[in-house]
Amino acid sequence: MNLFEYTISELRRLLRRKELSPTEVTEALFSRIAEVEPKINAYNYLNHERAIERAKTVHVDLPLGGIPIAIKDNINVRAEPCRCASKILEGYLAPYNATVIEKLTKAGAILVGRTNMDEFAMGSSTENSATGLTKNPWDLQRVPGGSSGGSAAAVASHEAFCALGSDTGGSIRQPASFCGCVGLKPTYGRVSRYGLTAFASSLDQIGPLTKTVEDAALLLEVISGFDPNDNTSEKMPVPRFSELLETLSLKNMVLGVPKEYFIEGIDGEVREAINKAIAHFESLGAKIEEVSLPHTPYAVATYYILATAEASANLARFDGIRYGRRAKHYEDLLDYYGKTRDEGFGSEVKRRILLGTYVLSSGYYDAYYLRALKVKEKIKQDFSSVFKKCQALLTPTSPFCAFRIGEKSNDPLQMYLADIFTIAVNLAGICGLSIPCGQSTEGLPIGLQIIGPAWKEEVILAIGHLYQKSTGWKPPIPPLGKNVIE
Amino acid sequence: MEYEAIIGLEVHVQLKTQTKLFCGCPIEYGALPNSRVCPICLGLPGALPSPNKQAIILTIQTGLMLGSEIASRGKFDRKNYFYPDMPKNYQISQYDQPLCKGGAVQLYPLAFPKDAQKDPQAQSRKKIRLVRIHLEEDVGKSFHFEDYSGIDFNRAGTPLMEIVSEADIRSPEEAFAYLTALRQILRYGNVSDCDMEKGQLRCDVNVSVKPIGEEKWGTKCEIKNLNSISAVRKALKYEIQRQIHTLQLGGEISQETLRWDDLKGQTFPMRTKEYAHDYRYFPDPDLLTILTEGELIEEAQKRIPELPEEKKQRLSQSYGLTEYQASVLAADPQLADYFEKAAAQSANKVSVANFLINDYLAVASESETTIPIPPEYFSELSNLVDQGKLHMKQAKEIVKLMVTEKKSPTLIVQEKGLGQITSLDTLDAICQEAIEANPKSVADYRSGKTAAINAIKGYVMKKTKGQANPQIVHELLEKKLNALG
Ligand SMILES: [Zn+2]
Repeated sequence: MNLFEYTISELRRLLRRKELSPTEVTEALFSRIAEVEPKINAYNYLNHERAIERAKTVHVDLPLGGIPIAIKDNINVRAEPCRCASKILEGYLAPYNATVIEKLTKAGAILVGRTNMDEFAMGSSTENSATGLTKNPWDLQRVPGGSSGGSAAAVASHEAFCALGSDTGGSIRQPASFCGCVGLKPTYGRVSRYGLTAFASSLDQIGPLTKTVEDAALLLEVISGFDPNDNTSEKMPVPRFSELLETLSLKNMVLGVPKEYFIEGIDGEVREAINKAIAHFESLGAKIEEVSLPHTPYAVATYYILATAEASANLARFDGIRYGRRAKHYEDLLDYYGKTRDEGFGSEVKRRILLGTYVLSSGYYDAYYLRALKVKEKIKQDFSSVFKKCQALLTPTSPFCAFRIGEKSNDPLQMYLADIFTIAVNLAGICGLSIPCGQSTEGLPIGLQIIGPAWKEEVILAIGHLYQKSTGWKPPIPPLGKNVIE
Repeated sequence: MEYEAIIGLEVHVQLKTQTKLFCGCPIEYGALPNSRVCPICLGLPGALPSPNKQAIILTIQTGLMLGSEIASRGKFDRKNYFYPDMPKNYQISQYDQPLCKGGAVQLYPLAFPKDAQKDPQAQSRKKIRLVRIHLEEDVGKSFHFEDYSGIDFNRAGTPLMEIVSEADIRSPEEAFAYLTALRQILRYGNVSDCDMEKGQLRCDVNVSVKPIGEEKWGTKCEIKNLNSISAVRKALKYEIQRQIHTLQLGGEISQETLRWDDLKGQTFPMRTKEYAHDYRYFPDPDLLTILTEGELIEEAQKRIPELPEEKKQRLSQSYGLTEYQASVLAADPQLADYFEKAAAQSANKVSVANFLINDYLAVASESETTIPIPPEYFSELSNLVDQGKLHMKQAKEIVKLMVTEKKSPTLIVQEKGLGQITSLDTLDAICQEAIEANPKSVADYRSGKTAAINAIKGYVMKKTKGQANPQIVHELLEKKLNALG
């Protein structure tokens, strides 16, 4: 077995027994990156030197001592670029660490580089990146999903042992599903957002992308916890997620299957794989019950109103006055703002800023923004009433497998449907996990989403772990390059 | 045609907190540009605001002092507009749920400008109602040089409390009185130093006029960023005249934002370009709702001091002062405090008040915020007068010396050989001399013109450089003259 194939938990064991050194692990990873990266383009910044320096001094007894990790390009790391895959942040070096970076550093992790993404986390394919396309390791003609497509592709192609992504409407779970790895969106308020470049503040949450559920639990344990720097982070105790994985039994557990998630238009092979997974849980002793989340059809519209409204304000700070790229030729201040932002932002970002500005403008605020807030409450209530009956929900993560590059990029509405099964979880502020549960006949991964109530990550992680253990899951090595685009 | 004016004020007060509203950066006036900044107040990508509890408490305290209704829930909103000084291009403010609603500021005669204090309007004890008080963050400051501009973000994120009045104000003098009274309360509560030179109190003024008797008010103009109370008065005077004059000439007032040029003594339109303002307010998703009940309101309540009006009444009642005296002392809580310490040890409280008001304040320099001598000096002084050891004219001189030389009145009296001569032996000899030196007056007195005694007395006073105790001299002279038989 190649060193790069190891999971975090395997590495931890070997590092602590001194059978491996952090330097060996890091070097092995960088040689894998050197080999694979030209095909995948998962990263838009790598810092080999800094990683090796760090590997030499890090203590292996720490929770993540000597484990290399990749970070999505929208999470600030001191003295490193944080471009959010946008032209407007060209040349910007973050002067401070995000709270999750502080936590990772304290836990002994080694930062490898920045992973590619949709510009400012807006997108479902990682095609909206100013730093180039990332390709799906299972089929290089396909997208890795988005917006954390770089993180998912890096983990799936073993260019990273684990990665951090951010999830606003499915941006961790959907690419995890497309690439065949594990992605977790924690409960809103579980992980500090301090240092995460905001897309939609009320929905964004940082989470892990890993090879196994066990690894996701390890990573979540490290990055979680109340942060006084984030007013929306909650003073909730952090369970020892990794130790709770084995304590769960499916006996007497009720797993809900929301009927609104099995609509027409869902890919046949996806439906089949999910049904198989559901049957597997039933065979392990779970009681499966059909449930209803009646406001599901409004989730996408609600999401695009709230998320773009917040984004229009969050992205106003990128104006070329204090940092980043600035327009060279302009007439006056207003022209300067206009040109800087026109040259700096890509079309999807512009589209969303315009939409958000529109829904907040006087005369439309009540009809759109306020109404969306009300629907968000309804969606939240849907989940809380369902969670009175069952411990978790099982749904597909995405209605289809990874699509071809360019296939949906000219049709934003089609693209928005790529997150249709993940969006409601963000609106409700609850937690969701995507795990691989099969492959299409074309060899593309299919993701199962396990949705849990707020603050119950240990439940969905344990369910996911049980699935991987009972099915003998091993992180596969994708073919990489059967279909290289010329 | 006679016109009347209607005025509303928006006052921005910089709160007296150690740190900024949403980060831990210290608030420091005059620090090196951009030396008191961090990712949060610079609005860097990923930085998030954490509210400063002290600023919320001070705002609630202000509301309580002004009789506002305190909201049980407050929230912060984003006010969106692009401005180079503003790091995030939105300002965190409070839109539809301010911390305090309503309340009022009571005007009083001394709050009016000196030349208007006799005006019947100044005696009316009017109350100016408030619309709301809310909390928001300040922006940075631009500096324009010949071919470039620079921005100092040290001020960005400083907590500002905005106090919005109803349009209850009817004259520039009332606006002056309103600001003076408001500033007094804010200083009392130690909520803000309200130092206008440091920009700790700034205001925007809304003004419109109409012919008396007509129902509808004219078009409103706003004068932005006035930074002294007298500038508010001057700007309003000018602007009201300008509006009336325009109307009289058959012109129309256009709704504009103006700035005041204090040197030229005129208002000018601020921008030539007209922007339609749609601030697109919405609740800031980075900040939770503020629940004021419990700790926050309790803390605010604990900070409320005796307020100016209560202090005035107590001073006049417990020390027997006139309303004027009590008002002057209460105008400055430190002065009032000082007075109470001085009066505690003096037999004549009113005389202590008079020395402070008539003699000390008349010579005190404006910049001196605290009285540089111990309050016991004033009680000592008033006691010396009371015991007949000094007469009033000397005492007044001693006040000046006390302050400049920082010495006790007793010491000054000793050093300067001041103080009244009360020794009977000494005075007897001088009186004898006076009688011998003024035969004409003695003769007049003896012929029944008793007033002639004053001339003889004058001789004694002159001889003793005014130090002789006039009472004793009078008695001695009478005795001696009558004894001449
Ligand atoms: Zn700061």
